[in-house]
Amino acid sequence: MEKKTLVMGVIGADVHAVGNKILYHAFTGAGFNCVNLGVMVSQEEYINAAIESNADAIVVSSLYGHGELDCRGMREKCNEAGLEGILLYVGGNIVVGKQVFDEVEKRFKAMGFDRVFGPGTPPETTIEALYEDLNVQPPEECEE
Amino acid sequence: MKPVLLIDFGSTYTKVTAVDVEQEALLGTASSYTTVQTDIGEGLQNALTILEQKTGKLDFAERYACSSAAGGLRMITSGLVPELTAEAARQASLGAGAKVIRVYSYELTKKDIAEIIENRPDMILLVGGTDGGNSKCILSNAKKLSQAEPICPVVIAGNRNCADECEELLENWETHVCENVMPKFNELNIEPAQREIRQIFLNRIIQAKGLSKASELISGILMPTPAAMMAAMQLLAEGTESESGIGELAAIDLGGATTDVYSIADGRPVQANTIVKGLMEPYAKRTVEGDIGMRYSIWGIVEAAGIERVSSLSGINAGRAEEMIRFLSEHTEQLPKDEEWERLDFALASLAVETAMTRHAGTLEPVYTPMGLAYSQTGKDLTGVRNIVVTGGAIIHTRRTGEIAAHSLQNPNQLGSLRPARAEFLVDRNYILAAMGLLGEYYPDTALKIMKKELVRTTR
Repeated sequence: MEKKTLVMGVIGADVHAVGNKILYHAFTGAGFNCVNLGVMVSQEEYINAAIESNADAIVVSSLYGHGELDCRGMREKCNEAGLEGILLYVGGNIVVGKQVFDEVEKRFKAMGFDRVFGPGTPPETTIEALYEDLNVQPPEECEE
Repeated sequence: MKPVLLIDFGSTYTKVTAVDVEQEALLGTASSYTTVQTDIGEGLQNALTILEQKTGKLDFAERYACSSAAGGLRMITSGLVPELTAEAARQASLGAGAKVIRVYSYELTKKDIAEIIENRPDMILLVGGTDGGNSKCILSNAKKLSQAEPICPVVIAGNRNCADECEELLENWETHVCENVMPKFNELNIEPAQREIRQIFLNRIIQAKGLSKASELISGILMPTPAAMMAAMQLLAEGTESESGIGELAAIDLGGATTDVYSIADGRPVQANTIVKGLMEPYAKRTVEGDIGMRYSIWGIVEAAGIERVSSLSGINAGRAEEMIRFLSEHTEQLPKDEEWERLDFALASLAVETAMTRHAGTLEPVYTPMGLAYSQTGKDLTGVRNIVVTGGAIIHTRRTGEIAAHSLQNPNQLGSLRPARAEFLVDRNYILAAMGLLGEYYPDTALKIMKKELVRTTR
């Protein structure tokens, strides 16, 4: 398959670097071309990186609970920057405290995110979703 | 004795430097007024006559030149995102010694194209997209450009996957394809484009600028003057196989119209809880402050620093200072007449140095995260740089060189600016730096030894 390009990183003032590294290895191993922006990434950085690299998806992580504030307006900014229809994922510990995930998912979908993943989601779940949404097959050496 | 002549063709002066490569010593320097319009050879001949009055007749074995005459190497660059490939293109051009007239980002409009043609650049650098990334922008720009009459060479250094197509689109233009300035996201790769720019400068621009008239006199015009300066700084910092360099450094060239700052330094964060934001900056970086200069750009200094600071540093009241500055901006050849004018020039030079270094160096911002305090760094961290080379008339021909240069250091009123914390200053009292950059192309050890000998160390 032709490699699809993902832009990924941890949004806002969040410095949780470990999960970001794990996801990077998982996505790369699953056959994606990854532009990893690391931690403390602003919306503008995701968007600029996606423009230059002609990315197929932006995968936003957040662990520190302020994800909801950090993610607001992201879809609108993508549209403004000419990235209409780009696949937008968000996942992690994205809201304050323990909330019913269905409600959280609804709110983030209303913000324009295509998929929303709750705390403790294994990377494989996200990878499966990426294969499906980007309409690609896993690379042969990864098939089990 | 084996004398070698190094020539710097400037837009107003031709400077010559004679070196004995056997003794590894400076023989002498001289300069003479020139106009490119008449004959560049004439200015050179005059400068040589002055030089030989000091040194006696010299039989030069080799002659090399650099040039910033006729506006220098004037370039226009076009990239995609302003902070990313457009910035990479700008960095590449500045590092190659160019004067960057205009930087465009995103897709060019018809009006932009008309503006480019009207500006008559010597070269255009066309970039955009990482390898395998965005190709729409650079293709659209190549196509629009192809509809205009060719005026100069175009260097194509964008997304490699559409380099061929760009070249085909621009078939009526002279094109040069080289590696992408940003092959991967946030990864700078500007050296290949810089080599290409320099090669084109050698082969083509020199004739176009009427500099070839002097070429029978010299073995070669090697590079634009700022590129020679950059080469000298890199040599001084890194050294050669047999002669060690002085380590990381910064350099300030305070001119009448612009102030150039160079840094040969890694610039990475020094603390573990610091996260770097924005485009990774080049190890050998050059910035040009077009609005900061001692005469032509004198108002730019006032605008950047404020008349109050000019007044407090010079001890001249604001009204009188403004009056004096107005006079200097209209009499650009004027040197300080007496003690009062010296104080004014001291204040202006200090603020020019401070402004230019502040813009060149990176910044550090505290970020309060739920996990505690972290820092976000933009640009290069130069706090650990311990050597600052200074050149330019207003900083050399004064007794207060150290005091002026010290304004390039960190101060408590501007926390967050990553300028050197403390440093020794190396004063280029004989204006030999560009010449040493040239000499270093063929005799690196000699050029390095002469710089180490000739640059005078001072603190404040």
